[in-house]
Amino acid sequence: MKKDAFIVIAAYNEEHAVPKVVAELHKAGYQQVIVVDDGSKDNTFPAAVNAGATVLQHVINRGQGAALKTGIDYAHEQGAEIIVTFDADGQHRVQDLQAIIKPVAEGTADVTFGSRFLGKESRIPLLRKVLLKGSIFVLWLFYGVRMTDAHNGFRALSRYAAQKIRITADRMAHASEFVEEVHRRQLKFQEVPVIIRYTEETLKRGHGSLAEAFRILYTMIMKKFLLR
Amino acid sequence: MDPLQIIVVLFALFAWSRAILRLRDHKISVGEFVFWTVIWATVITTAWLPQTANVISHGFGVSRPIDLAVYVSILLMFYLIFRVYVQQEQLQQETTKLVREIAMRFPKHK
Repeated sequence: MKKDAFIVIAAYNEEHAVPKVVAELHKAGYQQVIVVDDGSKDNTFPAAVNAGATVLQHVINRGQGAALKTGIDYAHEQGAEIIVTFDADGQHRVQDLQAIIKPVAEGTADVTFGSRFLGKESRIPLLRKVLLKGSIFVLWLFYGVRMTDAHNGFRALSRYAAQKIRITADRMAHASEFVEEVHRRQLKFQEVPVIIRYTEETLKRGHGSLAEAFRILYTMIMKKFLLR
Repeated sequence: MDPLQIIVVLFALFAWSRAILRLRDHKISVGEFVFWTVIWATVITTAWLPQTANVISHGFGVSRPIDLAVYVSILLMFYLIFRVYVQQEQLQQETTKLVREIAMRFPKHK
């Protein structure tokens, strides 16, 4: 199972976090680690290469969605049977990988999503909790999909799903797009309880801020009503 | 005839002549040429014979020609903004595609 899984990490200015994450993954037995350096201004690229990952470099920053798609496409090209999207900054735990991969490996799901709200304790800041619940509602409103969590970036895809899912949102709206695509392509999905670690570092970056939530909503509306 | 009317008509004729040249160079399509012809013909007609503007606006059920002009401009602007939005979105996606191609062609291992 571990041999078949390709772990895809999108990294932007993560020179300190990436080597640690890659080392942890290798230690846990995941040898196929693909880091996509999304036009970082720091030394993410050499740091990831030295850590022993396969590194793809975006010459200019294109956003997390674009970087993940690059990694997924590459993994697919390399014959990956299972592709996992994993965070560069240590938010996701290696211990949860097994659980997120299992349903895909056994064929009970084409896609699995990590969920913070399924039992395991994640200590989520209040504002973020409100935004998350809001985005879950929006996902239901837009695509009719009932999820317990959204936008945490921890997911596993089967080879078949990776082939089917088309991600066009370059920036953060890709997370909703994943859900939309799963719904549109009628893929089987499962949610798996995971713990997301909130460190000062990740909170400082402002992922999940109110402004970002509105940007995502705006992109979703534009895509749904104007670009289809 | 007012000097302003003459200037507007001359400008419209000049602009239309540019459209003819662009069409001849195949820089614009026939459809676009027809669009610009209608625009400049309307400008010339209303500048030369201001009373036609009344006829047109009444035809649309708007009492004052200036109101009609404002309505049409707002509609046109919304449409143009939408087109620019779509085009820039396409441009973004093409840029990403290009960046992705380059990235996937040169993977780096230790």
